[in-house]
Amino acid sequence: MSYNQPILEQLASALSAGAIRIIDLSHTLSPAFPNIVMPPELGQSSGFRMERISHYDAAGPSWYWNNLSFGEHTGTHFDAPIHWFTGKDLANNALDTLDVQRLVAPACVIDCSGEATENADFLLTRSFVEAWEAEHGRIPSGSWVLMRTDWSRRDAARYANLLADGAHTPGPDAEVMRWLVAERNIIGFGTETIGTDAGQGGHFDPPYPAHHYLHGAGRYGLQCLTNLDQLPPRGALIVTAPLKIENGSGSPLRVLALV
Amino acid sequence: MVEALRKPPRKDPLQRTTVPTLPPAARSRAAQGLTRAAALGRFALQCCSDCGTFLYPPREACPACLSDRLDYRDAPQSGTLLSETTIRVSNDPYFRQRSPWRIGLVQLSAGPQVICHLHDDCGAGGSSVYVTLQLDKSGQAVFFGLPPEKQPNWADERKWREMTADPKFRRVLITDGRSAVAAALVGALQAAECGEIFVGVSEPWKPDGATLSKLRGLAGVTLVDLDLTSEKSVRDLAGSIGAKVDILVNTADHVRPSALFDPAELNRGREAMERVVMGSLRLVQAFGPVMTSRGADRATSAAAWVNILPVYAEVNMPEFGMHSVAAAAALSLSQWMRSEFRQGGLRVVNAFAGPLETEWFEPLPPPKVTPGALASAIVKGLKSGTEDLYVGVVAEDIRDRLASNAKAVERELGQ
Repeated sequence: MSYNQPILEQLASALSAGAIRIIDLSHTLSPAFPNIVMPPELGQSSGFRMERISHYDAAGPSWYWNNLSFGEHTGTHFDAPIHWFTGKDLANNALDTLDVQRLVAPACVIDCSGEATENADFLLTRSFVEAWEAEHGRIPSGSWVLMRTDWSRRDAARYANLLADGAHTPGPDAEVMRWLVAERNIIGFGTETIGTDAGQGGHFDPPYPAHHYLHGAGRYGLQCLTNLDQLPPRGALIVTAPLKIENGSGSPLRVLALV
Repeated sequence: MVEALRKPPRKDPLQRTTVPTLPPAARSRAAQGLTRAAALGRFALQCCSDCGTFLYPPREACPACLSDRLDYRDAPQSGTLLSETTIRVSNDPYFRQRSPWRIGLVQLSAGPQVICHLHDDCGAGGSSVYVTLQLDKSGQAVFFGLPPEKQPNWADERKWREMTADPKFRRVLITDGRSAVAAALVGALQAAECGEIFVGVSEPWKPDGATLSKLRGLAGVTLVDLDLTSEKSVRDLAGSIGAKVDILVNTADHVRPSALFDPAELNRGREAMERVVMGSLRLVQAFGPVMTSRGADRATSAAAWVNILPVYAEVNMPEFGMHSVAAAAALSLSQWMRSEFRQGGLRVVNAFAGPLETEWFEPLPPPKVTPGALASAIVKGLKSGTEDLYVGVVAEDIRDRLASNAKAVERELGQ
């Protein structure tokens, strides 16, 4: 390949000089981090677990390493289209086949932190996004939309926020998801909560609209993000490469934002 | 009358903790019939099937009629103390640590004369005694002479506490506070005057649920983070309170209806094994070393580890097939544990129960075991020193039917 991308060299210089910073949008993978809970008679996603192989000891005198186990949808993680029934028949819908060209993309951050603090069931609506666009401009095609709620600052119990009638966590309503996918052609939608959908999203029409519309159109999801408060409303570039798992529906990942 | 056990003062950290030693453990194979009876809390002696003579010590042929058709039968427990003495100096390290030690020669009404450990409340020679079979610290059966009329504080007697795992003043860890059995256990243990109770809570970010909300804020109960599926969580807790756990009751379970040909069974099976088998192993690795080092640590030493198992650990129940599979593995692990824990003078108690009166067994018909009945049986077992508890009529029935024809039980459960 010929040397024809001076912009990458400029990027490297800017990174090393600190003119462009990298923000880590990922939580640490740990057994203590809440994971999604289904009714107990249904199949369950395992939380993150780590078992020691050796620790400079009899099982391996000079080295330390561990075996890991976890569900695909654990910690800060990526949802592929194959995750939802609406995306099951699409081409290139799994982790090993999706288009890597789309794994580095711009992000628009919509600050709902005040509203979500007031109301755990706050729903992002089309009019809320349109108001954001009036201030910051139209969401560019191929962007991520990240919903900032400051949910990542909560302790684990208030983060999961499980009540007798299920989880109460903020998310998008059905219309805004249909509109973002169809009218703004977003590449994906990201949240700080355990799902891309609101905690009560199962009662919406269609149920779980973020999953329904995003994956039905071959788009992606990101959840359990953190540090969204360090991103500008627009202009950040995020790197979202999940593990390359054969026929995988999702995976934990390190989400990096260049700002 | 025995002086009431007092809550021990805090340990002098400059004093060496007493090293666990064991009483003599060698027994003939024939004598293991006594061990079996003691483990079940029964009093059975070898008995000749031909002439009905009760025998002791166990042997290969009847001294009365020379028949070799000997088995073990329940025998009357009354006897007369022929003579008694107190050993002040012994050549055996276990008894040297514990002298003086009172023993007696008892004429059993069943026939044989036996030497037994003698409770301090027993009278002088000629008085009546009530004889039990107990497991000693070596896990072997010994005779124990009790007074026919129990005096106040009788269970606090030093020699008797060696034979039991009485919860009085002992601190307890209950591993799964979300289990319905946990709340019942707390009540039963506190009624037995146990020390502090630690109750494990996994995934503390989940709502409390019925059991935990009862325990939160209860005097004498401390909720602790414990997730048996996480090595780090189990080790962190052992690092924090490992040296304070005298009795551990593992209430972790994973009950799910099963279907052998259902692809989801693999995942359910892995979850059950992770929680019930690997979870127990994580607990053993983290708490076993410190507990077995404290098996002779004063009057409130580490004393017992209790596994709660479905009786279907011994024979598979297809409707809950994977539950049985995991329980069978846990039962095998418990036998392995016993060989290690005995070295520290600790008892591994298995409490087998039929279906419990809990939500997962709702479709099954009665009789079922209530959490309260299970908890009471466990505390009673700890106080009396038994090793294998069968709680409720279903568990007792399966135990008896397995002993007579295990194949029949397998076929009948599998119909």
